[in-house]
Amino acid sequence: MSTAKTLRILQLYPNEMNIYGDRGNVLTLMRRAEWHGYTPEVVYHHPGKPFPKDIDMIVGGGGQDSGQEKVEDDLLKIGDQLHSLADGNVPMVMVCGLYQLFGRFFKTADGKTIPGIGIFGAETHAGPTRLIGNITLDTPFGEVIGYENHSGQTFLDASVKPFGKVLKGAGNNQKDNFEGAVYNNVYGTYLHGSLLPKNPVFADELLRQAALRKFSEFTSLEVDDSLADQARLVARKRPR
Amino acid sequence: MRKRHTILIGKTVKRAARLRGGGTALPGLVVEKLDKNFVGHMLADLPYGVVVITGTNGKTTTTKIVSELLAASGLTVFTNKTGSNFVRGIAAAILDVVDSKGRMPHDIAVLELDEAHAVHFIQRAPVDHVLLLNVMRDQLDRFGEIDYTAKLLQKVAVKATGSVVLNRDDPRVSAIAKLVNLHDPTVPVRYFGADSSLHHVFVNDDKLYQVETEQPLPPRHLEPADVELAAFNEHQASFRIGNKTYDATMKLSGVYNFLNAAGALALCKTILGSKGNDARLVAALEKVEPAFGRGETLQVNGKPLELVLVKNPAGFRLSLASFDPADASVMIAINDQYADGRDMSWLWDVDFTSLQEHGVAMVSGIRAYDMALRLRYDNVAAGQIDTDLRASLATFLSADTTASTRRIFCTYTAMLKLRRLLRAYTKLEIMG
Repeated sequence: MSTAKTLRILQLYPNEMNIYGDRGNVLTLMRRAEWHGYTPEVVYHHPGKPFPKDIDMIVGGGGQDSGQEKVEDDLLKIGDQLHSLADGNVPMVMVCGLYQLFGRFFKTADGKTIPGIGIFGAETHAGPTRLIGNITLDTPFGEVIGYENHSGQTFLDASVKPFGKVLKGAGNNQKDNFEGAVYNNVYGTYLHGSLLPKNPVFADELLRQAALRKFSEFTSLEVDDSLADQARLVARKRPR
Repeated sequence: MRKRHTILIGKTVKRAARLRGGGTALPGLVVEKLDKNFVGHMLADLPYGVVVITGTNGKTTTTKIVSELLAASGLTVFTNKTGSNFVRGIAAAILDVVDSKGRMPHDIAVLELDEAHAVHFIQRAPVDHVLLLNVMRDQLDRFGEIDYTAKLLQKVAVKATGSVVLNRDDPRVSAIAKLVNLHDPTVPVRYFGADSSLHHVFVNDDKLYQVETEQPLPPRHLEPADVELAAFNEHQASFRIGNKTYDATMKLSGVYNFLNAAGALALCKTILGSKGNDARLVAALEKVEPAFGRGETLQVNGKPLELVLVKNPAGFRLSLASFDPADASVMIAINDQYADGRDMSWLWDVDFTSLQEHGVAMVSGIRAYDMALRLRYDNVAAGQIDTDLRASLATFLSADTTASTRRIFCTYTAMLKLRRLLRAYTKLEIMG
């Protein structure tokens, strides 16, 4: 095993955007990178700080309203860098709050428009009801299982691919059947739970994309996912 | 006249409900229908008034401590046992103690209310003293954002006419002082807290989720506390009251309960005023036993069995820090019923690495596999995994262990179920 096979994982705004077990997504990428023979290195980006260099993957989460306010300006400042990484096929997974701000804007209940960075051709509007509960999706990575809890409802442009189709739960909004959004290797979604531990196929796909981009190949090793399989079986049967 | 009428009907319904083996909800509902402000009317005449204790973690134990300290100081205390902290449950509890003329023999009511019920309660009843413990993120699917929770606590605090006692180390709680002062500058605001050397243990919600930044946040200004937890070690806790330090040997376990005890002492001091006696309060504190399922210790199969309720990341983290993993056989039971929270995300905000060395013997509950998966990502070995609580408990209790203690960390509904199952092994009072 070569220690030179380092993957640098960036967590965006860990102190402000962290309310739904977002640490679990980072931990899953770290551990699975190790299990596949790579050396993970986790770095952070905080508001007002220089954006870290040589990033191989990016993870971002959801925040309370007060947390979201603290990152809005900074996100616009690093928007160009995130765009160029997205165009360069860096895998990213943005959950809930940062998924919304990776779209064009979020229009709040009191009519305020919070601008996003527009990596996704999508817009989010405050909805009449909070969409809360267990959710399962049909995605290109198989069935994805998680938990959603959001009041914003997101609508994708016709040209934008969703992350998946909703099998159970609400998803992006109460009108169409879509959940999340995809641009290159950038995935936006409302699913937490945390998302990646219970969806190891998707987690490994992110690692594969990162490794292909950096090393032109992904050398995966056998990983025992029986606990995740069992947890998925149980989660699928739980009430909304 | 109306009051008597309501009480008579309420008591009758209560007797009837009891004959049918029913719970406390119905009689409470009936008296509320007859008199919307029944609870307020009944509690209004207590000579020492009404005390509300709320916050995310520690309500049940703190309410128990305050009740027992006041009783030891000579007051007759009315309190609500856990499981009935709805206004309706309090109404039902009042029916048990009130005479037919509507008189309660008590000096003071000490009530545990969750944040939402507390807001409901203050619209129906007078409040003299309020103790606010902390604001931590709890199951977000049920409670929403903690900034919202903090707003609920503000509403409760400004209703107090006697005093407000705040955790000065929790910024969302201590900030409420300003509002209380604005609302009524004559209501004194008192504080409790932990010595600064202990702040790394009692981290507030913001710090709990922080990763290191290059520039640490500047230290906050801290208000002087009437009662400060100065130090602790296993079952020893030292409390600084004024310029004196009192050492106590606690029956309570869990470091968070030592901080709650500081809050309880501060509250009792403001309630009792010049009638309070610090040494007597601390002596009474030493006698307080854990509330059910909150570090409660039972004797099963010749060894102590500790039940530790865990509801949210802050609580689970402090529980792990409170109980030495060496020399204990550990079980974790995670349910996802409504009362537990359906979302499992919170498990990923708890650091389990302290269990790496000794592992977890049994993982159970509806979400046993989510928990086992969580442990795997922290490199903690899980001996057995079984979603069935009855079978898991039997296996856990009968397994040979060289450890001197067995310990179960459990969510709320898992705790209630386990306590029922434990009646087959030992004698214990069933509540909730």
